[in-house]
Amino acid sequence: MNNSATQDKAILKTVKFEILRYNPAGNESPHLENYSVPVTKGMTVLDGLTWIKEHLDSSLSWRSSCRMGICGSCGMFINGLPRLACNNQIVHLHSDRVVVKPLPNYDIIRDLVPDLEGLFSKHRSVKPYLIRKDVSEQDKPTGEFFQSEQELLNYIQFAYCIKCGLCMAACPTVATSEEYAGPQSLTAGWRYLSDTRDEGASERQDVLYSSHGVYRCHFAGACSQVCPKGVDPALAIQMAKRDAFMKGFGFGKERKASSVMSPVQDWTPRGDIPNAPEKTAGNTGSKREP
Amino acid sequence: MRESRLWFWHILSAIVILVLLGLHMGTKHLSELLHMIGIGSGDPVQSAQVFHRSQQAVYMITYILLLGTGLFHGLYGLRSIFFELSLSKTLEKLIGGVLAVAGIALFVYGSYVAVLLFQTSGV
Repeated sequence: MNNSATQDKAILKTVKFEILRYNPAGNESPHLENYSVPVTKGMTVLDGLTWIKEHLDSSLSWRSSCRMGICGSCGMFINGLPRLACNNQIVHLHSDRVVVKPLPNYDIIRDLVPDLEGLFSKHRSVKPYLIRKDVSEQDKPTGEFFQSEQELLNYIQFAYCIKCGLCMAACPTVATSEEYAGPQSLTAGWRYLSDTRDEGASERQDVLYSSHGVYRCHFAGACSQVCPKGVDPALAIQMAKRDAFMKGFGFGKERKASSVMSPVQDWTPRGDIPNAPEKTAGNTGSKREP
Repeated sequence: MRESRLWFWHILSAIVILVLLGLHMGTKHLSELLHMIGIGSGDPVQSAQVFHRSQQAVYMITYILLLGTGLFHGLYGLRSIFFELSLSKTLEKLIGGVLAVAGIALFVYGSYVAVLLFQTSGV
């Protein structure tokens, strides 16, 4: 935050930040430290942390990047809930005390920086990408895979996941079971299982339907409650369970993956639409304008 | 997938238990209500009534069915609790095996009692 900008804004109130500090190099056990922060209009928790770092304690560590709820880096445990620090204004917490801790269910690297390696390794385990049998089509695409609007709507909300890990921090099963795949990876797995372009069901089922997969979900719904992007991981897990149950009854046969659409014939472009810019990648031998 | 099959039977057993326990509640604990609409007679928990029911094939089958579904549902639930304790794979397999053996043993013993009561000539 710009200092002059802070000074220009009227201070609404002063809040007490209680931040969990931990420095493994210093062999300190995690402990709370207090800071008084003047709050201005629109100031987020992330802005508050930045103000502390600039004015009170430069050793304070956390992870952040975009400051607008897109990158998912600044997940923290704020006033008892996993939230994005950039996505929550201090005045909206309705408290003069802001308690900030690193996300639960993760190891702490330092201060408010959680170790997300477990999240990403579980995410990778469900193979979160389109798997097709026609590998050559994926390597050298000749067209687009067909997908209707309804087919897109079946999974699109699950594709909004930004891998912030808040759902894993909120999940009570993840808290007790290290082996549990967790809401993030299970949702990612279901997102691709329900994508009509995908043919990788058999490769993902080993994780999704394992003894530490969807069946361990207690349907607490905490994952869906804390998701900053409105994704409903609990729904994805229940849908994956329903799918397995219906297949147990012999319903819901394996679907055939969508095919490549043939190019649209006999069309004329509208005159008022400007031409697409020249391709900047994949071209050989063409020069770009300076 | 093995876990999918187990979970499928877990859910199916829950539905069966719901029906059988509904029948149990109706015949044993709402007997007065049933008497009012002309179903059943006498006190259902009297020893003679219990033996009388046990000697009917329908009751014997429902007893064994309830025993089997109840055991499977309960023991699978217990296994799920153990599996959430971050145990080693070996221990998980051991627990699964012990619960399976215990379940089968209890089912065999319970079914034997139900069949024995069915064959008893009464009191």
